[in-house]
Amino acid sequence: MDAASYPIALEQVTRRFDSGLVALQAASLTIAPGEFVSILGPSGCGKSTVLRLLAGLDQPSAGRVMTPAQSAGDAATAFVFQDATLMPWASVFDNVWLPLRLRGIGRKTAAPAIEAMLATVGLADFSQALPAELSGGMRMRTSIARALVTRPQLLLLDEPFAALDEITRTRLGADLLHWWGQRRLSVVFVTHSVYEAAFLSQRVLVMSARPGRIVQQISIDEPLPRDPAFRLTPAYQAICRELSLALEQAS
Amino acid sequence: MKRVLLPTLTMLLLLACWELGVRWAQIPAYTLPAPSVVAQTLWLQLPSLTLSWWFTLKVTLSALALACAGGVAIAAAFALLPALEVALLPVAVILQVTPVVAIAPLILIYIDSTTAALLLCAWIVAFFPILSNTLLGLRAADPNLRDLFRLYRATPWQRLRWLLTPTALPYFLGGLQISAGLSLIGAVTAEMVAGAAGRETGLASRILEASFRTETPKMFAALTLLVLTGVLLFVGCNALSRGLLGRWHPSSRT
Repeated sequence: MDAASYPIALEQVTRRFDSGLVALQAASLTIAPGEFVSILGPSGCGKSTVLRLLAGLDQPSAGRVMTPAQSAGDAATAFVFQDATLMPWASVFDNVWLPLRLRGIGRKTAAPAIEAMLATVGLADFSQALPAELSGGMRMRTSIARALVTRPQLLLLDEPFAALDEITRTRLGADLLHWWGQRRLSVVFVTHSVYEAAFLSQRVLVMSARPGRIVQQISIDEPLPRDPAFRLTPAYQAICRELSLALEQAS
Repeated sequence: MKRVLLPTLTMLLLLACWELGVRWAQIPAYTLPAPSVVAQTLWLQLPSLTLSWWFTLKVTLSALALACAGGVAIAAAFALLPALEVALLPVAVILQVTPVVAIAPLILIYIDSTTAALLLCAWIVAFFPILSNTLLGLRAADPNLRDLFRLYRATPWQRLRWLLTPTALPYFLGGLQISAGLSLIGAVTAEMVAGAAGRETGLASRILEASFRTETPKMFAALTLLVLTGVLLFVGCNALSRGLLGRWHPSSRT
């Protein structure tokens, strides 16, 4: 099967928790192969629930979920959390090794792929460093390297840059677009930042809170990958305005 | 440097005050011996005291080893089977809260071998901190890391090996630190209750014997060895923690 042709979709998915809280109400979405989609919404609108369903970490109460994990097995999906979520006792190298190690790939066999990945994210000189010795941005780079090292079909990111400073966030955003451009994998990027969504995505899904629904879809037809100068164009500002308005209506 | 020098000076100062105080007030040695007299007694009695010290150390370390094995095994079983924890935790708590002095006479009645009885007493006191700390540690894994292991379909063994064990390690070592002291206390307490005489007996028996004969300097000499043992256990556990946690855990970075 072609690498980029696994279906990724939610069909009329509802997720009701045992507490009675409805995190997601009849939500439908489709992610095209190789597409970069952002999910934008206020806190507690079920954005993370969508990601967890797509990752197979959560099951819907009703409706149907289609993910690469179901059709292509493990390692087809990668997840990046808001915290870098690294193992504090393990070096950068060992952290990136983890997904390969869990599939039974030894250190020697995995080393070339890990080293290439670390070079890509700019951490070639830090493979033996411990997470506590790195900056927040470098920790997030390690986390992204760990996600990409398995060559996944689908990359899920849950507000990955929310805890980083402005400059780091901007640079990592541009780098993420670059890596995505090289690999052509599908990306679902959850954020509450209008500016991040506008800069990164091809399509933005706007969600409303309680119960979580997808209320609007906005396509961004600017060419990709975009360089930081894109932020200064009138087109970018128009998109930001449109997204802000949609977000305001949703909250 | 300051971390070694300051406590050493404090100890020397205290000993000097003790020495001078005893000499100045002319307190007889059978009431309170001066440190110099204690040191002299310790030197003269060293061959017999070393044998007793070796016995106490054997009981203490065996009890600690069994407490590690038992505490970790029970914690792992509780973590795997929550129903087991609900069923057995009260028993563990009862064992923990019952003063060992109070049950030692019973254990000495039921178990013929004094050494085995002492071991059991010390074990009862020592295993609980390791059990509760390890259990806490096994449950302390980052939920996101747990999800990551699920996402990559880790087997239970992989999760135990690469996620739960490293997470629980600092907690276990904290428990070990407490249990090391407690196993010494347990061993000495049980021997005090046993009041055993003879060749295969520990420092507690030496202290009891000496007290019957009002050999106060000898009591102090045995006590000094007990204190040294406790300090060595403490230092050993600290070194082990630093060695195992290395650079990664905040507790071993200063």
